[in-house]
Amino acid sequence: MRKLDYTTIFFALMGSFLVLFILIPIVNLMLSSDLNSIIANLKDSQVISSIFISVYSALAATLIAVLFGVPLAYILARHDFFGKGFVESIIDIPIVIPHTVSGIALLLVFTSGGILGAPLGKLGLVFTNAIPGIIIAMLFVSSSFVVNSAREGFESVDPRMEKVARTLGSGTMRTFFLISLPLALRSIVVGSILCWARAISEFGAIIILAYYPLAASTLIYTRFVQFGLSNSTPVAIILISICLTLFIIVRIIIKGWRSYDKT
Amino acid sequence: MIKLENISRDWKEFKINNVSLEINERDYFIFLGPSGSGKTMLLELIAGMWFPDSGKIFMDDIDVTMLPSEKREVGFVYQNYMLFPHKTVFENIAFGLNIRKVDKKEIQKQVEEMMSLFGITKLSNRLPRTLSGGEQQRTALARALIIHPKVLLMDEPLSALDRITREELIKEFKRIHKKFEVTIIHVTHNFDEALQLADRIAIIKEGTVSQVGDTDEVFRHPKDEFVADFVGTENIIRGIARVGEDNLTTVDTGNIEIKSSEIKTGSVHATIRPEDITLSNENVPTSARNVFKGFIREIYDLGTIIKLTIDIGEPLVLVLTRQSFLDLELNVGKEIFVYFKATAVNLF
Repeated sequence: MRKLDYTTIFFALMGSFLVLFILIPIVNLMLSSDLNSIIANLKDSQVISSIFISVYSALAATLIAVLFGVPLAYILARHDFFGKGFVESIIDIPIVIPHTVSGIALLLVFTSGGILGAPLGKLGLVFTNAIPGIIIAMLFVSSSFVVNSAREGFESVDPRMEKVARTLGSGTMRTFFLISLPLALRSIVVGSILCWARAISEFGAIIILAYYPLAASTLIYTRFVQFGLSNSTPVAIILISICLTLFIIVRIIIKGWRSYDKT
Repeated sequence: MIKLENISRDWKEFKINNVSLEINERDYFIFLGPSGSGKTMLLELIAGMWFPDSGKIFMDDIDVTMLPSEKREVGFVYQNYMLFPHKTVFENIAFGLNIRKVDKKEIQKQVEEMMSLFGITKLSNRLPRTLSGGEQQRTALARALIIHPKVLLMDEPLSALDRITREELIKEFKRIHKKFEVTIIHVTHNFDEALQLADRIAIIKEGTVSQVGDTDEVFRHPKDEFVADFVGTENIIRGIARVGEDNLTTVDTGNIEIKSSEIKTGSVHATIRPEDITLSNENVPTSARNVFKGFIREIYDLGTIIKLTIDIGEPLVLVLTRQSFLDLELNVGKEIFVYFKATAVNLF
């Protein structure tokens, strides 16, 4: 039997505070609504459509973040260049500023008269009070998760492995797709899950940029303000269930992947 | 043939300075130098992983200075093998052929040949992390050689291995060198490896070449103090070894017989470190198995220590403190007894 010393016991007690602090409200929330009202809400087309908008927009934001974030992550992992620190700080800015501030900053640029909103509007892309607005709000606040996680993934791939692949006749691009990407994929997927989860939970930037169409987080807020707690809780439960289910499924899938950790 | 002409490159923390070298076709060439001397960088420059700031690199008289790695046809083996961890042994070896879009059946055939050549056929479907160091090294060699490179570059290929595996692989390298008729450049800081494998050696010091030459030449006639220090002031004597009834190896150099506690037969090099040798003016009884009468041929005064060359039928270098030198009243031509233990004699 393992003997526990006082320090371990003390630290465990201190540490359990945060675990319980997170767990109790979530569990309580899950139990605080009866099944009938949840089922009734599942039949409510406004609820279903708002959840769909959230899931879909978060997915779109994540795909965009991966498409542009992975090349950036690779550059940051492999090269030292003038202004690298500056680029790194820019990527982390959305984490440190309030999300409503992000929303205002985005609105100023993407409104129909804004420096990006105006030209894109001519191409038929409208952001204010439209799904593209929700997507860019989500992208803005969550893309750094993909970049940072993918970068860690690429950094764990020894550059000499790429060099060997090159000597065997593989060009730089092919080496990236055959060696670096597969080995960093796990980190990229983990970053994408975080990105997607962060995107789906976004509220502050969304209500400023695109209050309508209602995303799930906005709907919960609207219901709470208009009809009170009992009306917003079932929607919250549905959203959290979907998120947790997807989260668990993806985690199980990547757990089954071969791991190539260095010995 | 590989020719480096005044190659320089500055990596801020590191520098290759005006290196010129010629490596002949089918040479087993060794870059020998202490860690941090720039030998790996030099190897990576030859492989095209970096481009020099100035100077030129030729392979078979073609200027490849600015040619990227993938077009140079070089094989590269790193100290930690750098096998692709997500690919099996088979897939690792097949990598170069797959890139070249070789026919599937042909790949199968060539990879199987390679695996049987290196005795790793059974490992075909294993992932690198499940292999021992020696197995990984063989896989890395097979992967590099299957594309029939113009030159095989190896960066400290034996440093991460235990002694027994190292001995095995040294034989393997000799075999490969013969069988594939390939030029090999091997980087090491271990002078035993150099002595056993190299046709020619370049001593690398702080990003420059301090001496190039045939192995014997470099070891016997170190050009400057750095080379002498680095290759060791060791005594290296060639001879034929046989194992006697006393379970000791006797090395016959043609002039004298040296006893060693290491068991080896055939043609060997015996090395004796100078500090393991003791001197006496008289033939005193001793447990040392090697006792020789010789005469002092040369005396070098190095300040606090004195270096002597003593002729015992073979020249033997040893060092003394100034005090013992004075106590023994030594001078050139004086007869003296030399002692060293059988355990002080290393064979390879």
